[in-house]
Amino acid sequence: MNLMKLSALELGKKIQSGEVSVMEAVCDAMEAINAKEEALHCFITVDEAYAKKRAEQVQNSIKNGELKSLLAGVPMAVKDNLCTKGMRTTCGSKMLEHFIPSYTAEAVQKLEQAGAVLLGKTNMDEFAMGSTSETSYFGGTKNPWNQNHVAGGSSGGSCAAVAANECCYALGSDTGGSIRLPGAFCGVTGIKPTYGTVSRYGLVAYASSMDQVGPVAKDVSDCAAVLEIISSFDKKDSTSIQRPALDFTSALIDNVEGMKIGIPISCFDSELDSEVHNAVLTAAERLKERGAIVREFDLGLMDYAVPAYYMIACAEAGSNLARFDGVKYGYRTEAYEGLHQMYKKSRSEGFGTEVKRRLLLGAFVLSEGYYEDYYLKALRTKACIQNEFKRVFSQFDVLLSPASFSVAPKADSSLDNPLKMYQSDQYTVSANLTGLPAMCLPAGTNQNGLPIGLQLIGNRFEEKKMIRTAYTLEQAMRRKGEKNHVKTV
Amino acid sequence: MSKQYETVIGLEVHVELSTKTKIFCGCSTAFGAKPNANTCPVCTGMPGALPVLNKKVVEYAVAVGLAADCEITRDIRFDRKNYFYPDNPQNYQISQLYFPVCRNGKIAIPTKDGGEKWIRIHEIHMEEDAGKLKHEEKENRSVIDFNRSGVPLIEIVSEPDLRSGEEAVEYLNKLRLMIQYLGVSDCKLQEGSMRADVNLSVREAGSVSYGVRTEMKNLNSMKAILRAVEHEKNRQIQLLAEGKNVIQETRRWDDGRGCSYPMRSKEDAKDYRYFPDPDLVSVHISEEWILEIKKRQPEFRSEKIKRYQTEFGLPRYDAEVLTGDKALADFFEKTVQLCSRPKKVSNWLMGETMRLLNEKAMEPNDIPFSPKHLAKLIELTESGAIGTTLAKEVFEVLFAQNIDPERYIEEQGLKTVEDTQELNHIIEQVVKKYPKSVEDYKNGRKKAIGFLIGQIMKATQGRANPTLAKEMLEKRFVQ
Repeated sequence: MNLMKLSALELGKKIQSGEVSVMEAVCDAMEAINAKEEALHCFITVDEAYAKKRAEQVQNSIKNGELKSLLAGVPMAVKDNLCTKGMRTTCGSKMLEHFIPSYTAEAVQKLEQAGAVLLGKTNMDEFAMGSTSETSYFGGTKNPWNQNHVAGGSSGGSCAAVAANECCYALGSDTGGSIRLPGAFCGVTGIKPTYGTVSRYGLVAYASSMDQVGPVAKDVSDCAAVLEIISSFDKKDSTSIQRPALDFTSALIDNVEGMKIGIPISCFDSELDSEVHNAVLTAAERLKERGAIVREFDLGLMDYAVPAYYMIACAEAGSNLARFDGVKYGYRTEAYEGLHQMYKKSRSEGFGTEVKRRLLLGAFVLSEGYYEDYYLKALRTKACIQNEFKRVFSQFDVLLSPASFSVAPKADSSLDNPLKMYQSDQYTVSANLTGLPAMCLPAGTNQNGLPIGLQLIGNRFEEKKMIRTAYTLEQAMRRKGEKNHVKTV
Repeated sequence: MSKQYETVIGLEVHVELSTKTKIFCGCSTAFGAKPNANTCPVCTGMPGALPVLNKKVVEYAVAVGLAADCEITRDIRFDRKNYFYPDNPQNYQISQLYFPVCRNGKIAIPTKDGGEKWIRIHEIHMEEDAGKLKHEEKENRSVIDFNRSGVPLIEIVSEPDLRSGEEAVEYLNKLRLMIQYLGVSDCKLQEGSMRADVNLSVREAGSVSYGVRTEMKNLNSMKAILRAVEHEKNRQIQLLAEGKNVIQETRRWDDGRGCSYPMRSKEDAKDYRYFPDPDLVSVHISEEWILEIKKRQPEFRSEKIKRYQTEFGLPRYDAEVLTGDKALADFFEKTVQLCSRPKKVSNWLMGETMRLLNEKAMEPNDIPFSPKHLAKLIELTESGAIGTTLAKEVFEVLFAQNIDPERYIEEQGLKTVEDTQELNHIIEQVVKKYPKSVEDYKNGRKKAIGFLIGQIMKATQGRANPTLAKEMLEKRFVQ
């Protein structure tokens, strides 16, 4: 039996009890990786030797009683924009193809302290810019449910690896939906916590004011358990928040009696796939059956969310990615004359098309004469959207919506029309603009057997209500015998 | 008749703050470490590294702002200034554009007629320093040292209120002294811990609008500033006199050649695409915090000048000289605490100490001996244990080797001859040798005794107690 088919908590329990060893788990993970990677390409780097060495260390610590975490010894993967000391961190870019960080990201370190066994680094859209994982310099990730379709992005490698049972859980990052969109496409569960909950230290920045690290896992319980470990106040990250209610696993309650769930009707526009639409309505019915009060409502300003998001994200990205210049680390062009040519050639050759497009957009909106008209206007729009959500959360506990207007699109069909690709983030970007917690969870498959994903959005610091709602939905689905993640590929 | 022109000057002064650690990481700011020894992922711009504000920098900047009578911004933010250069590891500098920490201050400078003139401060903002780029011609390569990357700076921007090079120098001196008194920087122009850029324009006398200005960089001394102002003023006046226009540009002063040349004009001025740094949250400066900083403000020069006159009874001139350098004032106060003879201490510092410092091109900060030893020397002189001539000789040794004067005098056998028997013996010899002087004295020419005492001092190599010698001589003549 492939131990990777177990949920992280199930496997962790077996490891703690001594029923299986950490090494057995790692070997099963490696076997799955070796069997599926050629077809799926979830990983950019797999470090078997490191994983096996770690397995021995962790096993010893468990034996000594030093490691009692429920997730100790469970093999996992990390998105390749989280720095890992000694293990290359590429961000899916030629620019960092050979870059080996000198330190480990805080979120990864938290997991390692809890005994996580890192298998390798997962594929992603270049510098997290993309919705399909196809902008990766190393080639796209295929959807484990149907390899003609994309895994989604930008955390496509993490989501596909979990769906394909190549690891038990993974870390992703979410700036505009980068956990929730691929999570929905791959039929896995993922959480983007409230901005400031997980340290960004060591996360290679795309848009600093919206980037958050979060878990990708097979079910709600695993997500809650991983999030509990990686959440902490970190004084190395000035945007980190000392906040209440970090005991996420205490919210795994199969009951939503009296909770007020809102469905923004604006999400049911003509673009929305009818099967996805139905899945949202079905979920609403199930929540009602479990005692929730579900009501549709008007959410204003949503037409402005995507443009505001792209202006702010690109402005920050343009500045954040300026450090990749061929001077200190990363790709440097082979032949050049003088400093400026070295900059130009290194960056022209090191970055892909989508990254360049966003860097140019970012430079534009911050330029003299345009700053007020574009960047400042986008910031004001963001403030308006935040106010709108404040109003909404005075009436509701949790919002329910689709995670995406369709299931995973076919491979090689998205990059030619960037504006359309940007629109695919329409349900997810608001949570990043507002900093609110949001998650995706699977809601069965469509007629072609591709997963449909739901999105839940919670109020600031109220992940627990969101997790409780998700858990209740998940339990209802299980009772109906619906599968919620890929069992075999 | 040629037109009369007025020079209009504003200064942008960068001051390196002397915090122990950098502005956005915990790395040391110590000078002189091996290249890149004081660096970390943050100050070398590694992917994923994040800045965390050093609160000390805010305190230092606020302290300067309070001393310069500024309004303190209550919610400060940092902004990114985007430009590519290899000494700037992130290719943006974290600075303050929209909410600088201090605004609308003023500083008084002395005028030639003994009055005061107020120079307004536009703003003070905080920012990080860049690394140091070195071009190795032989190896045909460039290398970078990031030790300075992230060292905290404040930039003090004045309004265009200065009218001459002399005023600019007065303003800089005032600023430097104020900051040294605050202890937040050593402000050395030569070493670059204080850097001044001069914005200068000229206009016809009586005009109310400003002329086109240029910005002058690379001014490494007060002398260079004076020369650069003079040169730039003349250059602009000549252009205008010839009916040409001054071009708004940045110029670089070449002190060796005594002239400046253009670096870049307004047309190719960079667009820095400033925007609020999303990695840093806004910081609130509370009333309590400001009060705390106020409480720690030191006694400034004008207050010290007053106190030195009232508490120590020093002449105003002494008080001004001693407080003209923070290190000198500190040394003075420490010494007075040990020997409680303020005027004597002042005399030693303003006289012999300054003379030797100037001779050796040293700063008061480098005084090579301790207050304790100077205090002892003064005590020894006052008690009559050594004479003033000898004291000066001992002082030279003190300056060179920081010896303990008491022990030194003992070891060298330099103590004043108090022994009357020994003195009697010498007096006898002198009286015998100069009968003419003795005769003169006895005939009423009392001044002759001075000559005789001088001879006694000479015979004892200055060790005789002159008062005692005089008493004994007089006694002998009366007999």
